[in-house]
Amino acid sequence: MNRHSTILLLLAVLLVILFPIGLTTGGIEIPVPDVWNIISGNYTGELGDVGRFIIIENRLPALLTATLAGMALAIAGLLMQTCFNNPLAGPSIMGISSGASLGVALVIMSFGTIAGVWGSLATISGALAGALITLGVILLFSIYVRSADVLLIIGILIGYLSSSAISLLNFFSTDKAVHSFVLWGMGTFSAVGMGNLALFSALTVTLTLCTVPYAKSLNALLFGQRFAENVGVSVGRVRSTLLLLSGSLTAVVTAWCGPIGFIGLAVPHIARMLMASSNHKILIPATALCGALMGLLCQIISVAPSLSRGGTIPVNAITPIIGVPVIIYVLMNRKKLLYF
Amino acid sequence: MNAHAAVKASNLSVGYGKQPILCNVDFTLRPGQLAVLIGANGSGKSTLLRTLAAVQPALAGHIFIDGREMASYSRRRLARHLSVVFTDRSGGGALTVRECVEIGRHPYTGIFGRLDKADRKIVDDSMAAAGIADKADRYIGTLSDGERQKAMIARALAQQTQFIILDEPTSFLDVAGRLDIMRLLRRLADEGHAILLSTHDTAPAIAVADTLAVINGDELHMGPKDKIIASGALDRAFPEAGIRFDPIRGDFTSLQ
Repeated sequence: MNRHSTILLLLAVLLVILFPIGLTTGGIEIPVPDVWNIISGNYTGELGDVGRFIIIENRLPALLTATLAGMALAIAGLLMQTCFNNPLAGPSIMGISSGASLGVALVIMSFGTIAGVWGSLATISGALAGALITLGVILLFSIYVRSADVLLIIGILIGYLSSSAISLLNFFSTDKAVHSFVLWGMGTFSAVGMGNLALFSALTVTLTLCTVPYAKSLNALLFGQRFAENVGVSVGRVRSTLLLLSGSLTAVVTAWCGPIGFIGLAVPHIARMLMASSNHKILIPATALCGALMGLLCQIISVAPSLSRGGTIPVNAITPIIGVPVIIYVLMNRKKLLYF
Repeated sequence: MNAHAAVKASNLSVGYGKQPILCNVDFTLRPGQLAVLIGANGSGKSTLLRTLAAVQPALAGHIFIDGREMASYSRRRLARHLSVVFTDRSGGGALTVRECVEIGRHPYTGIFGRLDKADRKIVDDSMAAAGIADKADRYIGTLSDGERQKAMIARALAQQTQFIILDEPTSFLDVAGRLDIMRLLRRLADEGHAILLSTHDTAPAIAVADTLAVINGDELHMGPKDKIIASGALDRAFPEAGIRFDPIRGDFTSLQ
């Protein structure tokens, strides 16, 4: 077995180890054997239905959501970084998350709530519309702006525009709607719940799998547009498809979990450093696994009793602590790391 | 010279917008030929090269690649008949030379890009032909400019196209590197490729070339090296510079 397969296997094993740890972590202590009994339906302990509720209705969906959301955001970041040929590209930096937030804000402020199936659908539609419109605007600028750095700054500025629109919306909204929106904006993996988990999983997994056939084109794009065209890649069509995929991944996660920063930005770099490669045939699975691990880790930290004292730390308070050092390291060692 | 043309252009006009820079270009290159494109900056050298490389559309006229009109190929199909080596010095740094050369097999592989045994052999042979096989597992980003250029040429060879275009292939290289690349290109032409390159590094390029394509004003003069030199087209290639071509030295020299 070669080095790359070994690392992928280790990441998968880590995921399998971390997941049960997550199930036992939270305000109420439930040891591993009890967790197992609850899941297999043989639980007879003192917690009764409460224990069942905590594990099945609360922790399990939250952990699965965190795992899938982490994977989806990381893949979205990887696609953006290669498409824009910029190590700082990512859903949160380039205003995609803000665009999605604006869409969600419009939905929440108009309907006052995001509960129920229709609420979820409305939120996803809002997030998707916001994310794709923002991506479209950036894509439009990319026709005229050759410099990747300038394009990145334009993305950041568009993000500010969306934020200011959100502030305005908040100003004119009811307290209840604002409260609901602010809670959503702090980032949480607990909002999907058992009810929506099937839909959330189907969307994130399908969209992620859709990126696999593009590994070939992504590798060619590493050498620039003309190079990719010369080896037969229809660059315009491929790039639009990839950005559509990354926008949709971001939108799906943002709709339910809020605008979560730094996973999309930092995880692809962690994957590149681990694999010591920018070959997307290896990077796509590595990024997906690292993203899943990162999501899981953030969820565990956010409910760890020693830190959260029974409450939940917003995910967006945790991701920068892990993400920022990674980004700074990558930027400081840009030459040595060879990736961009 | 009965072999079919790898590339043939007739009545070709190239330029931007509606403004042609070169008009009525007739261009033929056969397998085994190594042609050097010579012209002053702004003479339309890069524009012609980009048009032949399918990077930008022709304003008028026809280009035939392996006997078929270029516009009738899909991108993927065209990639089996035409490969281009660009001079960009960045990108792909954390791919190995082998991974980079494997990209040359893209036009032949399925959607997952899986290489079979034959593909792998072609990749190995291409690296060997370009003289970069000993660095197969090195990262692109750690190569010298000359080695990077050889990796890029190996990638073009893996595409298995008869026609190869190189835009300024020696621009970042020292003198040893330049001669090395020129000798490599001559050998590849002798093995049956049709090679067109543009370069400012005229002396070593003309030395290995058998065909010259020289831009005079808005015309292209193309033909066997000796004939073109005798015609004086090279002397007229740099009208502002006060230089002429010295056939004995094989290089341009000042009139004074």
